[in-house]
Amino acid sequence: MSNFAKTFSSSLGKKLIMAATGLFLCTFLIVHLVGNLQLFKDDAGQAFNAYAYFMTHFVPIKVVSYLLYASIIIHAVYALVLTTGNRKARPVAYAVQAGSQNSPWTSRNMGILGTILLVFIVVHMSNFWWKYHNAELPYAKYEISLDDPTNITVSELPWDATRLVHSDYVDTQAGKQIVVSKDLYKVVAYSFQTWWYVLLYVVSMAALAFHLIHGFRSAFQTIGWDNKKYVPIIRFLGVWIFGVLIPLGFAAMPVYFYFFK
Amino acid sequence: MSENMNLTLKVWRQKNADTKGSFATYKADHVSPDMSFLEMLDVVNEDLIKKGDDPIHFDHDCREGICGACSLHINGRPHGPKHAITTCQLHMRSFKNNETIVIEPWRAEAFPVIRDLAVDRQAFDRIQAAGGFVSVNTGGVPDANNIPIPKVIADEAFNSATCIGCGACVAACKNASAMLFVSAKVSQLALLPQGQPERYRRAQAMVAQMDAEGFGSCTNTGACEAECPKEISITNIARMNRDYFTAKLFKEEEV
Repeated sequence: MSNFAKTFSSSLGKKLIMAATGLFLCTFLIVHLVGNLQLFKDDAGQAFNAYAYFMTHFVPIKVVSYLLYASIIIHAVYALVLTTGNRKARPVAYAVQAGSQNSPWTSRNMGILGTILLVFIVVHMSNFWWKYHNAELPYAKYEISLDDPTNITVSELPWDATRLVHSDYVDTQAGKQIVVSKDLYKVVAYSFQTWWYVLLYVVSMAALAFHLIHGFRSAFQTIGWDNKKYVPIIRFLGVWIFGVLIPLGFAAMPVYFYFFK
Repeated sequence: MSENMNLTLKVWRQKNADTKGSFATYKADHVSPDMSFLEMLDVVNEDLIKKGDDPIHFDHDCREGICGACSLHINGRPHGPKHAITTCQLHMRSFKNNETIVIEPWRAEAFPVIRDLAVDRQAFDRIQAAGGFVSVNTGGVPDANNIPIPKVIADEAFNSATCIGCGACVAACKNASAMLFVSAKVSQLALLPQGQPERYRRAQAMVAQMDAEGFGSCTNTGACEAECPKEISITNIARMNRDYFTAKLFKEEEV
């Protein structure tokens, strides 16, 4: 076996892959949250639809997105491989094991939390990602006044295979900017009117919170970064940014649409 | 002196590695709260021998918390309910009168049961033999203290070296991982000047042997550190990971 293969098939190598993919997915969460904050903008989804177009058609972002899909799959597959190995390492289970007395709950339940997240990702992507790429969605036509950009009138255009996903031009005679986009915002607004769908999102974000409270700082320990000066910062980021702020931000979106739209 | 205690013991009995074991229930009456846990088992065994039964087999040696021989997973925790002690340092006053105590062997694929509560921990010896040493050439005796070592580094190395190889880390870990043991053995030498020539070879060889023995991988739960009788810190694990990845990915040093 080559040195490379030996390294990444060792228990430490597999954990390094988990840590690296996990941290990459953490950085994605920041981008995803900041971008999606545009859902809260009161512009009938104009900014959000323009953003959705940018994220799916700008080449560097597309490259990173494929890296992201690969990371999700690799993270899940390696989790399965490691868990299988760990089960084999203890073939006879303890009759009594008082795990709660020596370790945090999150650290012992990463597999369950991760499984919830995987199911969530499949549901989430099939509803938004798949529909945006493949479904015959209607278009939103935004007429934005050049004098007052907050004055937006929106109308719906039917699905048309020949129409561009996103177009943008200025009609100087009418004094308007005309933007026509495939209307992902409508899919979002419609989806979050269903109570059980909102509940699924909120529960999944709770799972994300607990997954990251352990996962973020654990990744740094695996890499071997436990500098006494920086570990408190890593712990703070892991709990308050990745464990609280980011999941709360995501959970706020379905809740906002359900109650206020 | 406080009142004697009456206890019920649920003890794992297993003839050898090839047979299936099961729990047997024993009564331990008139147990002094000042007995150590092992003395309590000695008394139970005396009774079993008098009755002509097979006594409960368990490992023990120094009975003063320094050898690491006594194992025993007691009520779901290695070395029982107290912090930073071995089983021989556990006293019966840590239990309640009429309590049922469940006693199991360390459970790991790499620690096969020899008999009842005694397990074979030679996997640890083989990991040590793979790299947990410094090679010393023959010749004149070097002067003492001719290599200065900062106090903090010496202390850190000493803390790592207090590992007694009892296996509580493996027993406590939900994955039966030996990372705390191996990292302590890697660290105690990696921190000192004498350990430098073989530092990266050592980390790779010992991790390879650890994997070959069939221990699980590390989930960073911290259970090992919480249960270690010598309070070895998981900082050692981060240090070992650093040495291992440095060797494999940055230094092009192969074993």
